[in-house]
Amino acid sequence: MRYLTSSWRLLCALTLAALVAGCATKTPEQRARGEIFDPYENTNRSIHAFNRGVDKAIFRPASKGYVTVVPAPVVTGFSNFAENLSYPGQALDFLLQGNPREACIAVGRFLLNTTYGLAGFFDPASEMNIPRVDTNFGETLHVWGFGEGAYVELPLYGPSTTRDAVGVVTNAITNPLGFGIVRPVENIGVYAEVLRRMGDRGNFSDTVDSILYGSADSYAQARLIYLQNRRFELANSGSGSTLDLYADPYAEFDTGTDVYDDPYEDPYAQ
Amino acid sequence: MRSNTISRRSFVMTAMAGLGAGLVPMPALALTEQSARALVDEVVANINQVIASGKSQNAMIKDFERIFVRYADVPIMARYALGPDARTASRSQLRSFTKAFQSYISRKYGRRFREFVGGRVEVKSTRKIKAGYEIRSTAYLQGQAPFEVTFLVSDKSGSEKFFNMFIEGVNLLLTERTEIGAMLDQRKGNLDQLIKDLPNAG
Repeated sequence: MRYLTSSWRLLCALTLAALVAGCATKTPEQRARGEIFDPYENTNRSIHAFNRGVDKAIFRPASKGYVTVVPAPVVTGFSNFAENLSYPGQALDFLLQGNPREACIAVGRFLLNTTYGLAGFFDPASEMNIPRVDTNFGETLHVWGFGEGAYVELPLYGPSTTRDAVGVVTNAITNPLGFGIVRPVENIGVYAEVLRRMGDRGNFSDTVDSILYGSADSYAQARLIYLQNRRFELANSGSGSTLDLYADPYAEFDTGTDVYDDPYEDPYAQ
Repeated sequence: MRSNTISRRSFVMTAMAGLGAGLVPMPALALTEQSARALVDEVVANINQVIASGKSQNAMIKDFERIFVRYADVPIMARYALGPDARTASRSQLRSFTKAFQSYISRKYGRRFREFVGGRVEVKSTRKIKAGYEIRSTAYLQGQAPFEVTFLVSDKSGSEKFFNMFIEGVNLLLTERTEIGAMLDQRKGNLDQLIKDLPNAG
């Protein structure tokens, strides 16, 4: 119970931070232009340095070892297992987003993969062409109209925003499976998620390495790539400015010029 | 839904169409939806051809660079990646930077060609944008979930060329502009030093 109260306190603090960051300094124009809002850059950079150290010393070698030693189908099996565990929580989020159809797909995938997919290690749902779904509470907040907030890099987790950080914590403490009566292993979802992330880190090693270790400023690269990809993911849900942002790749040249009108024009110099 | 799978036939057709265009005087150079699609098909076919050649990695990177120069509007991409510094750079600096940028990009992405083995790009839709066309497509790479790739094509350079690409929403040119900016900062804004170092970076 004490765990729960402290998590709630953290959640409240993060929500407050998100609200403050979300409406304090970012102007609507900045938001529309899709600029990067990073008021905690100094702190973020320290956390980035820490995360990079952990990756280099532990996570990267462990992940590379994991995908080398463990046969690929088993790695995929564990990833499937972790994904399957997330479906009940996703169903809840879809409902909160007013999206019953996707909620049903998430429930259907969970039932099918848990039974025919042997506890979720296999993914018969995909073989039956049931569409993949992927959401989280960060997206729910987006649908509810919360802005992205500030960019934050979370320790041991990586790039996020204040809004998505609230989502990560909320999802972690409200996972319906966590309240089940039968819980064979405490925190099994967390272990599964770590394995899934190791599988991804190992399988996409070249890509991640090129960002973390091949770049002149890995912090700036990770920030830009995360924010753009997250905005792209959310562009199809809710009614944020992100929709317009992706719909027109020229949105950043909203001064009426584009790279061709004046190649020397700097869209950020306004 | 219109879908356009890369095939040898379409590549040959495009090549013949290109030949025809060279022989018959055209009224005006105009970018159309079909030609934008054909361009994507052609590039993918070219890249797969290089991968299938089984040459050494360095020889392949040289080939990729040739493909890059032929199909992409390298000067405008380089200028954009350089950002505000392009304004103060001299003509010869810009020229050398463009060359350096071209080999940097070819090396950085060409080195990872293995991920593209047997790759297939399906064009899903095209749309007119200010500078030309936006081509939305799905990329299918072996052992990976399909992902969305968007190409931007323009004929403002005088011929139809790519000038940007988005992978799952990530703007390639903007990412490179951030990277080049960071490299310049590391060198205290010394563009000549960057030009010297760039071909070995990435």
